[in-house]
Amino acid sequence: MYQAMTSLGYAAESGYKGRIRLEGDPKGASVLVLGAGLAGLAAALELRQAGYKVTVLEFNNRAGGRNWSLRGGDSYTELGGATQKCEFDAGLYLNPGPWRIPYHHNGLLDYCRRLGVTLEPFQQLNHNAYLHSAKAFGGQPRRIREIKTDFQGHTSELLAKVVQKGQLDELVTKEDREVLLESLRWWGVLDRNYAYKAGLITSEFRGYERDPGGGLGAEPVAGEVIGLSDILQSRLWRGLSSFAAYEFQTTMFQPVGGMGRIGEAFTREVGDLITYNARVTRIAQGEKSVTVTYQDTTAPGATHQVSADWCVCTIPLSILSQIDVQVGDPMLAAIAAVPYASSVKIGLQFKRRFWEEDEQIFGGISYTDLPIRQISYPSNDFNTTGKGVLLGCYTWNGANSYELTSMSPQQRIERALDCGMQIHPQYRREFETGISVAWHRSPFTLGCAGDWTEDARRQHYDNLCQIDGRIVLAGEHASYIPAWQEGAILSALDAIGRLHKRVVQG
Amino acid sequence: MRLVVFLTAASLPIAGAVAAEPILSPGFRFSEQTGEALYSNACQACHMGNGEGATGAGQYPALARNPKLETAAYPTYVVLKGQKAMPAAGRLMTDEQVAAVVNYVRTHFGNDYGPPTTAEQVKQAR
Ligand SMILES: Cc1cc2nc3c(=O)[nH]c(=O)nc-3n(C[C@H](O)[C@H](O)[C@H](O)COP(=O)(O)OP(=O)(O)OC[C@H]3O[C@@H](n4cnc5c(N)ncnc54)[C@H](O)[C@@H]3O)c2cc1C
Ligand code: HEC
Repeated sequence: MYQAMTSLGYAAESGYKGRIRLEGDPKGASVLVLGAGLAGLAAALELRQAGYKVTVLEFNNRAGGRNWSLRGGDSYTELGGATQKCEFDAGLYLNPGPWRIPYHHNGLLDYCRRLGVTLEPFQQLNHNAYLHSAKAFGGQPRRIREIKTDFQGHTSELLAKVVQKGQLDELVTKEDREVLLESLRWWGVLDRNYAYKAGLITSEFRGYERDPGGGLGAEPVAGEVIGLSDILQSRLWRGLSSFAAYEFQTTMFQPVGGMGRIGEAFTREVGDLITYNARVTRIAQGEKSVTVTYQDTTAPGATHQVSADWCVCTIPLSILSQIDVQVGDPMLAAIAAVPYASSVKIGLQFKRRFWEEDEQIFGGISYTDLPIRQISYPSNDFNTTGKGVLLGCYTWNGANSYELTSMSPQQRIERALDCGMQIHPQYRREFETGISVAWHRSPFTLGCAGDWTEDARRQHYDNLCQIDGRIVLAGEHASYIPAWQEGAILSALDAIGRLHKRVVQG
Repeated sequence: MRLVVFLTAASLPIAGAVAAEPILSPGFRFSEQTGEALYSNACQACHMGNGEGATGAGQYPALARNPKLETAAYPTYVVLKGQKAMPAAGRLMTDEQVAAVVNYVRTHFGNDYGPPTTAEQVKQAR
């Protein structure tokens, strides 16, 4: 059945093969799961269900790992010691790590279904959000719908001209040329002469200077189109691909109440297996068992040891590469081969939802070349009065990400406000409180996610994923979907599937 | 004795910045030019303001009083190629910048190592 579904193109998306079946009796075998992020939690849940004795060791005093939401009352201490207290109002939150789920991440979606995590749409593309460059259009942001429609229109017009001059005659057959012209008119909103022009027809796509209304004086006004050269030189077209990528296509989801709801739901199932505040410092193995040494971070100085038959280790490689792990050289080399990406997220609470009230932006993301890179508007509680939290900065690698990480939390927020002001002048007047997470300062990951290169993957990936004696690794770093929760889930299911086979085959 | 490196850098436009003043580069690469500015806007992200490093579930090693900085070749290599959790930050810097920041950490935070490395040596190591 599954075979049939895949050949029809269904169910193939993320490589998720449906709910895992660990058939056969593990005969009381025990497993140590290291790390209670989504990889560790999924492994623990399935292994216990299959009859294993499971113990989970987790560094933090909560489960979920990077699956995490910061809400009012939470506090967060980053490396270096700066502690931030989250002062958001009730119901408001920042997802400092994962925040959106593609519709084809079937494994994660299946766990959300099973664990009763309610999802709502995450708006990735909002045509009314902005594209912005400090160096273009006098620093004024442009609506995505304007850039998209005008860019498409101008390039269609150019192509139509080339076709009409016969300059594509060698590349396109006569029959296709006619259809091509027709399609360009249709795709680029060109007029009868294949020209892209301001007018009420193009306004139906790019929007109006004045929207059509009702009653007297209500006729629509079209407004000017933006010139091709202005669009090209502005480089705002770069923002358009952010919505086109497979990973970001509609429909995307977010859990109601924050991404952290997934980790919380897992914790309801397997929380009783977890030892918190346990900092793993050594992983040793012998013929018959694995022995893990850890410190209780609430009682410094004390070290503990725990043994089991097998070990599923989901500790991020950034940290695992510093731990004494008794595995073979190929796996050790793989563990050492992956640096971790830089990322900074900043959440800003405002007194009112001015982006909705003043600018009709309901969800979605504005892209900018300022250091904050993005402003994302909440995808929930649309059209309500009251406060809201914006994602006021989301960097990924590059100098600015390191520079923001180097700052104090207060400095980061100041910079995010300075930048955001250039797009939304309401910022300073409406701002109340903010919180930032710079992932290289995260005590439990030392980074955002595994930053694999093609070379490193070719050389090390398979060695990373092999079972080494009694130890197998899992986590987003052991997947081809790094920096996505689906990668963590799929790698965990694959790892325990292979481990279980070994156990039942004896 | 502390080696004073890159005296000329003071005449560069962005280099006048004090360490405490955070910089946001205009492009994808680091625009800071002095060792001090590069340290406090790039390396400080992980090795912290006084090179003291930090410890959580894992750790960032201290660069302060670190005997491994004695020869320039090792920190140059680490900055250019990265090492385990440390990304190759030097890929976002010119040879001159890498030399400046390597010389900076070798002569600050209780380190007092010479002779300084040069952009030419960094280029060879890249
Ligand atoms: C900024 C950012 C944006 C992201 N955006 C998205 C997104 O939109 N959608 C999406 O699906 N994914 C996203 N991701 C990726 C997603 O968060 C990860 O892929 C996933 O959560 C990783 O799960 P994991 O179980 O592999 O690792 P983790 O969740 O990191 O779990 C590892 C666990 O090990 C613990 N640990 C570490 N060291 C030790 C130790 N020494 N001893 C004991 N325990 C230890 C940690 O505390 C942690 O709980 C994003 C990540 C970041 C940082
Ligand atoms: C993203 C975090 C990060 C940044 C930014 C960073 N480092 Fe590192 N650095 C590390 C980690 C982690 C290690 C330890 C690597 C290992 O396990 O061998 C390290 C190790 C080093 C070492 C070797 C120390 C030793 O005792 O072996 C040197 C030297 C060093 N870094 C210099 C720098 C300099 C200079 C910069 C700025 C250009 C910098 N680092 C930026 C994370 C970082």
